[in-house]
Amino acid sequence: MSEQQQPLDDLQHIKRMMERSSRFISLSGFSGIAAGLCALAGAFVANKKIHCWVKGDCTMEALIDMGGIVLLNDLLWIATVTFISAFISAFFFTWLRSKKNNIPMWGSATIRLFWNTAIPLMAGAIFLIRMIQLGEYELVAPGCLIFYGLALVNASKYTLGEIRFLGYGQLTLGIMNLWSIGYGLWFWAMGFGILHIIYGIMMWYKYERQISTSAK
Amino acid sequence: MNPIKDLNKIFDSRIRLGIMSALMVNAEVSFNELKELLDITDGNLASHLKTLEESDTIKVQKGFVGRKTNTTYSVTKAGDKAFKAHIAALEEMIRSTK
Repeated sequence: MSEQQQPLDDLQHIKRMMERSSRFISLSGFSGIAAGLCALAGAFVANKKIHCWVKGDCTMEALIDMGGIVLLNDLLWIATVTFISAFISAFFFTWLRSKKNNIPMWGSATIRLFWNTAIPLMAGAIFLIRMIQLGEYELVAPGCLIFYGLALVNASKYTLGEIRFLGYGQLTLGIMNLWSIGYGLWFWAMGFGILHIIYGIMMWYKYERQISTSAK
Repeated sequence: MNPIKDLNKIFDSRIRLGIMSALMVNAEVSFNELKELLDITDGNLASHLKTLEESDTIKVQKGFVGRKTNTTYSVTKAGDKAFKAHIAALEEMIRSTK
């Protein structure tokens, strides 16, 4: 019996060590859920802002103060706050998980994941900033989704492989959005909000559920 | 037909197995990363690395990061071959005892 167990244990040990040393596997499903909720909250606030602007429900002083550019500024602020809060909450749950599993968070696998996600995102950010400068606002939401999707597909080689499918989802939404100009915020909420939450729940179900039920 | 004879004695330690697994999927791994990954003491890790090095399974590169020494390890061609043969032998053992 133990003779059969030994080689199997050895192979599992090898597999575990290969994964731990090459991929960043602590990414928690809760991170996806938290980031998705932040995105939905951000989209909700942005939607209110846009409505207030378009319908003219804003107070008189506010309208006088604002000269077109203010709405854009507000939206950029909302986007920035949303991004930072999503990042922090995502980081928090992943940090918790890596602590629980006793896996060091800052190894070469993390650095590799970081750069391979950051490069497409940074290129996308510069591209979008330039687009805003040129006044192509309609393309900002699809641009966000497409560059983010590409970053995720690239990142999937360095972390849980399933994140690739989240990337495909973002890419699909981004491309669809190119032909549905004007619904950017809805696509944005779908991609950054709903898809993240669905992905987070699925990842939690697949990788973390057993741990929490067996730990009772 | 006894696959056990194909098992490499070098890899009968869990720690050396772990070191090899990490080196197989990374171009090079530093001493400190291995230490974190395996969660063992410096002395223990060093002695296992020495065993692997002396059998020409891995090679050592000594470098500097700033003024600190940075020693990294990578598999040799012979080591790569030996490790793959070892995995194949493990698989064979499982298959034959089924």
